[in-house]
Amino acid sequence: MALLEIQGVTRRFGDFTAVDDVSLAIEAGEFFTLLGPSGCGKTTLLRMIAGFDLPDAGRILLNGEDLADKPPEARPVRTVFQSYALFPHMTVDGNIAFPLHMAKTPDAEIPGKVAAALEDVRLPGFGKRYPHELSGGQKQRVAIARALVTHPTVLLLDEPLAALDAKLREEMQLELIGMQKDAGITFVYVTHDQTEALALSHRIAVMNRGKVEQLDEPSKIYGFPRTRFVADFIGHCNLLSGPVRSAANRVVVVDVAGLGAVEVATPLADATRAGAGGTIALRPEKVRIEAASDAARGNHYRGTVSELLYMGDVTVYRVATAAGLRIEALLANSKAGRAQFFEVGDAVDVAWSADAGHFIAE
Amino acid sequence: MASRADEQRAGKWWVSGPPLLYLLVFFAVPTLIMVLASFRTPGEFGGLAPLRDESGALDLNLESYQRFVAETVYAQVFVKSVGYALVTTLACLLLAYPLATLIARSPKKYRDLLLLLVILPFWSNFLIRIYAWMIILGPNAALARVVNGAFAWFGAGPVPLLFSSFAVLVCLVYVHLPFMVLPLYANLEKHEQALLDAAQDLGANAWQRFWRITFPLSLPGVYAGAALVFIPALGIFAIPDILGGPNDTLIGNLIKQQFLETRDWPFGSVLSIVLTVAALSLAAFAAWIGRGRAGAERPVRA
Amino acid sequence: MHKPSPWLWACAIGAYAFLYIPLVIVVVYSFNDSRLNAEWVGFTLDWYRKLFANGDMLTAAGNSLLIGVTASAVSTVLGTMAGVAMYRYKLRLLPLLVLTPIAIPEILMGVSLLIFFVLLNVTLGLVSVTLAHITFCIGFVAIVVRARLAGMDEALIEAARDCGATPWQSFRFVTLPLIMPGVIAGALMAFTLSIDDFVITFFTAGAGTVTLPLQIYSMIKIAVTPEVNAVSTLLMLLTLLLIVIASRVSPSLLRSS
Repeated sequence: MALLEIQGVTRRFGDFTAVDDVSLAIEAGEFFTLLGPSGCGKTTLLRMIAGFDLPDAGRILLNGEDLADKPPEARPVRTVFQSYALFPHMTVDGNIAFPLHMAKTPDAEIPGKVAAALEDVRLPGFGKRYPHELSGGQKQRVAIARALVTHPTVLLLDEPLAALDAKLREEMQLELIGMQKDAGITFVYVTHDQTEALALSHRIAVMNRGKVEQLDEPSKIYGFPRTRFVADFIGHCNLLSGPVRSAANRVVVVDVAGLGAVEVATPLADATRAGAGGTIALRPEKVRIEAASDAARGNHYRGTVSELLYMGDVTVYRVATAAGLRIEALLANSKAGRAQFFEVGDAVDVAWSADAGHFIAE
Repeated sequence: MASRADEQRAGKWWVSGPPLLYLLVFFAVPTLIMVLASFRTPGEFGGLAPLRDESGALDLNLESYQRFVAETVYAQVFVKSVGYALVTTLACLLLAYPLATLIARSPKKYRDLLLLLVILPFWSNFLIRIYAWMIILGPNAALARVVNGAFAWFGAGPVPLLFSSFAVLVCLVYVHLPFMVLPLYANLEKHEQALLDAAQDLGANAWQRFWRITFPLSLPGVYAGAALVFIPALGIFAIPDILGGPNDTLIGNLIKQQFLETRDWPFGSVLSIVLTVAALSLAAFAAWIGRGRAGAERPVRA
Repeated sequence: MHKPSPWLWACAIGAYAFLYIPLVIVVVYSFNDSRLNAEWVGFTLDWYRKLFANGDMLTAAGNSLLIGVTASAVSTVLGTMAGVAMYRYKLRLLPLLVLTPIAIPEILMGVSLLIFFVLLNVTLGLVSVTLAHITFCIGFVAIVVRARLAGMDEALIEAARDCGATPWQSFRFVTLPLIMPGVIAGALMAFTLSIDDFVITFFTAGAGTVTLPLQIYSMIKIAVTPEVNAVSTLLMLLTLLLIVIASRVSPSLLRSS
């Protein structure tokens, strides 16, 4: 049985359905992420697990026990808040000791546990400081220490790294992974940053408009998005849509306006009918881009470079085909041969193999 | 085990219960009693007649109300009170506006101090402030002598400054000025300099910038301040009582008379109710206007 | 910001002068060796001496202090509860009852309480005055406390609950310490309001009880001597002290008033 089960949970605010019949099973010890744009319901769901909000329908079970009647203080669930929510009138020691006091831990044991918690987040000796004397990253760690000091069953993190600058964020991400592994605690992490989600999680639930669009490991979310939304939200993606012309032998052919017939290898071929709508999700890094040449072999499409974005390690090319459709191709600059640095206006050929794309049925 | 919702409701009553109870007993009930009193007859020695007379019937009638309507002198007093309150409000506005503007434009670190200086006189005893004007306007004081000297020079007779409408008005303004400054300042502080710069850039001179931009934007503050001045000024009685002449009887004085001197409590209650209705309607009106305008200005909450 | 024009300065200074000169005159003349508050004759502390020898005055001062402390204590507790309740819960009756006493002219409350007490055969005296003062002080304390709560980060309460605190514990260990400056400021304000109150006390004190403002009033109406100046000066100093303390304790006091 899964550690944390969310069964058919719905939450409405007036006319607006924030969480729409969501069911998830989160396993013990995993780093589980709720990913989605703002307003998708991920934070509402998190708050219901913490107990700050109650579902209108459905149940939340922890170790098989329905949490419905338990107020936040009675749940073995701790939250790391986006704003850290450190008590300004208490020192760092006071903050971390607070949950221990609430749990009626014997006074003699408290200083030891607090010190250990500070060591775990790599802030030894910071005990006597006040929150306003700490930097963002330090506050972050104190918040985590306070949440972990009573060894909760589940740790909820609500976009904890959102307020940090890029470099610090990357550092903290690595630390979080380490912390989770060391403590063995189940993390439920909320973020809108898909790179973060991909980097940290064992599994990701991509949410949109209150529903879970896909629940999978990061590599599958990235490589095999199940809906247009997921394909578009995660990383960059070319979405080639159109009616299906034919589907057989593990190959589906889609009529894409501006490109003509495009093949994609997919195990869904047998389940797909001609005439149905479909989208081929094609990651830019799988698109080959070469100088236009009539000697080109294989399936290729002619176009001109309309924009390019030099990003240091890679360059993103937007190629406009004759019919106006834009294809994005990503080229690692270290791998590009001389002949593959293009300018805006160059005529180029873009090509990809049939199994480079991923088919999504409408 | 009690459900979460029940526990929340219990918590709500624990916290709001005691103050609610206290205010019901000592505010709501007396108010209701006063309303009821307005329908009773005055007692023989003042106060109220017994609730049930000899035949056991309830003593309820509209005599006091009829008297208020019939004898126009009371309505006149009421109108005079409104007039005084209006003049006070306008004068406060004229004085408060430059003051509030100055504070709003001064460097941040001085603002709290300047505000404190405006409020301090308010925290001195009400009577002291009235008394101070008794001294200033007294017949032997410097001011009176200067003014009457000037009048004498023009051939006019001496004018008593004290115990006059002038004294009452000056003191009314004096006492209520801080109430106009504060909301006005709170509003003006939020004005963006960029708006005025843009207006200037577009060719507006100082007066136009004030009249077409600053003043309209400050209207919510003006209304708030006006309400905070007008409503208390309407019910004032100590100032005319101490500083006023025989012509300066305001509704507050009448009420005091009825309750403590004439002891016609039903009639006094009628007067009080009229005053209350006026005050509450104005307060509601001010709140309504304030909300209507503030809605457009309040920042959007994400 | 545009520098304020000299014209603006002149008006503002004029307004400040208007506000303070009368009070300064009262203070100055309290040291004036003349019965009339007309012109300066010489420096003396006689009026202060007379003041402290004046039995009525001392009784009045004692009453005012007693009422002030009691009213302040009770209204702070009730006002804090009201402020918390108004902030936390969507209530309609309580805000109405709390805020209306402040919005209407004082005379109305004085008069209605007079009828109330007399009908209930409550003797008018210290008790009736104290009860009356509590009624209007609750509102002020509630407003200050509520403003202070509004400035507090709500996530802190959730964090406390999350850490295992019951609603009462999260109030006691997190909310209360954080709003304490507001509560203290409210208490000081309530005390000041009570000491200074004239109108409501006038109606609810009855014949035998005198507070400081009532004493001042009868002195003004009957026989004006600079003793009034002296007691006014002392009262002003007391109030000044309390308000400065209150605004140090809770800097946002100014905004919420």
